[in-house]
Amino acid sequence: MSLNVSNLTVHHGAICAINQVSIAVPTGKLAAIIGANGAGKTTLLRTLSGLKHPTNGSIMWKGEKIAGIKPEALVRRGISHVSEGKSVIPELTVRENLELGAVWRRNAKESKESIDQVVSIFPRLGERIQQRADTLSGGERQMLSIGRAIMAKPQLLLLDEPSLGLAPLVVEQIFQTIRDLTTAMNLTVLLVEQNAMGALKIADLGIVLNLGKVVAINHAQALIDDPAVRAAYLGY
Amino acid sequence: MQKLLETFLIGLSTGSIYALMSLALVLVWRSTRVVNFAQAGQAMLSTYIGFEIASRSEVFWLGLLFAIAAGALLGAGVDFFFMRVLFKHAVSGPAAVVAPVIATLGLLGLIRSIVGLTWGGEFKSIKSPASTDGFTIGETTIPFSALNLLIIVTVFVILIALAIIFQRTNLGLSLRASAYAPEIAQLAGIRTARTRTIGWAIAGGVGGVAGMLVTSFNFLSPYSLDLLLVFGFIAAVIGGLESMVGSVVGALILGIALTFILNYVGTSLVFIGGFVVLIVVLLVKPDGIMARGKVRRG
Repeated sequence: MSLNVSNLTVHHGAICAINQVSIAVPTGKLAAIIGANGAGKTTLLRTLSGLKHPTNGSIMWKGEKIAGIKPEALVRRGISHVSEGKSVIPELTVRENLELGAVWRRNAKESKESIDQVVSIFPRLGERIQQRADTLSGGERQMLSIGRAIMAKPQLLLLDEPSLGLAPLVVEQIFQTIRDLTTAMNLTVLLVEQNAMGALKIADLGIVLNLGKVVAINHAQALIDDPAVRAAYLGY
Repeated sequence: MQKLLETFLIGLSTGSIYALMSLALVLVWRSTRVVNFAQAGQAMLSTYIGFEIASRSEVFWLGLLFAIAAGALLGAGVDFFFMRVLFKHAVSGPAAVVAPVIATLGLLGLIRSIVGLTWGGEFKSIKSPASTDGFTIGETTIPFSALNLLIIVTVFVILIALAIIFQRTNLGLSLRASAYAPEIAQLAGIRTARTRTIGWAIAGGVGGVAGMLVTSFNFLSPYSLDLLLVFGFIAAVIGGLESMVGSVVGALILGIALTFILNYVGTSLVFIGGFVVLIVVLLVKPDGIMARGKVRRG
C-alpha cells in the first residue's frame, strides 16, 4: 500500500468533518471518492496534501508519516493536489501556470521537457501557451490545473472534482485522460467526485463517504453493481 | 512652452522617486495585504546607513549600495520577526486586519527613535552625485539639472531590473504566484513564506534607493522621508494598490501633477494637491488607473 490512512479525524473548528477514516490505496491504482455534499471529501484531500492538519490518526505515504507536513514539502515527496474549482492563476499565462509546477525542481531543462509532455497530453494548452489563463474555457482551465500537477512529476495525485461545471463531453475527455495518465505514469490517484458514475467507471477502487465516515469501500465495479450504492449515489 | 517642458521634466524626476516608494508599498501589499507604514522608517534607517558610507567614502554610489543592502535586510527582518509572528497569533477577525497595520505604525515610531538616538535630530546632507545646476540651453538656464537626469536614469535602471526579475525568472514567477494565489502556489511546491520574505527584502531595498535619491538633493532627518511615504502611498492607490506597473504610472502622474501645481499655482498648495489628485482618481476610477474590469477567479 503506498497510501495508508488510518483512523484519521479532522475538525473544522468544533465540527468533525472527517471521523476515523481508514483507507488504503495501492501504488498505480485510481480510487474514486464519492459522497454527498458535506461528506468530507474535500477535507480529506486537503488533509492529505497538508493544507489542513488532522486532529487525530495517521497518514502513511510510502512508509513515512506525513501528517502535519506542509504542502510545499509534500510536493517534493511526490504528492500533488489539484484543488477544487479549476485552480489556475488567471493573471499568469498558460506557460507560467505550467512552469510554476516545476519551479521547485530548479531544473530549466526538465521543466521544458515536462511542458512538452503536458502539451502532448493536452494539445489545446499548446495552442494557448502564451495566453493569460483567464482567457481559457472551463475545460481548458481544468486541463491546465492537471497539467501543472504533472509538471511536478507526482506519484500521488489528488484531484478535487475535476468535472465541476464542465460540459458532459469535456467531462468524459477529462476522465479518460485521468485514467490514461494513471496507467501511463503508474500514478496513485485519489479522485473526489460528485459525478459518482463517471468516476467509478474509470476507477479501480471506490470509496463512499457519508458525514465524515467511510460507509463503503470496494472494487469500483462492485460498487456500481451494489443496489444500495446505486440507489443512494448513482441515481437509478 | 519652455516652462511647460521643464515642469514636465522635473515632475518626471520627482515622480520617479515616488515610483520607488509606491512600488515598495505595492510589493508588500500584494504579498501580505498590509499597508506597510514602516516603509518610511525602513527607508530612513537604510538611508542613514547609506549616508554614513557615502560621507566616509565620499562615493555616493557606494552609499547607495549599502542603503539597498540595509533596506533589504531590514525588510526581510520586519517580515520574518514581526509579520510572521503577528500572523500566527492574529489569524482571523478584525484583529487580523488591523493588527499588522498598527504594528507597522509602531515600527515606524520605533525606527525613528532608534535613528534619533543614534544620529540625533539635526539635518544631514550628502554630496550630490551630480551637478544640481540647471542645464543651459543656448542662453537660458533651466531648473532641470544633471542630478534630475541621473535620478530618472537610476530609477529607470532599477525598474528595468525589477521587470526582468519579475517577468523572466523563477523567483519572479514565485513572487507573482504567491501574491495572486498563495494556496495554489503552495500546492505547486512554492515555499510561499520564504518567497514573501524575499518580496519584503526587495521592497526594502527599493525603499532604500528612494531614500538615498531624496537625500541626494534634500536634507536627511528622522522626518525627511515622511512626505515620500505619503506621496508614495497616494501613487500606489492611484495605481490600484495591486499593480506594479500601475504604481509606477501613478507615481509619475502624481509627480508631474504636483510639479505643475508647484510651478503654476503655488508652493502652499502642493501637499493639498496630492490629496486632490487622490480624491479625483478615487471618484473616477476607484480600482485605480490600471483596472481593466473584474478578473475572473474561477
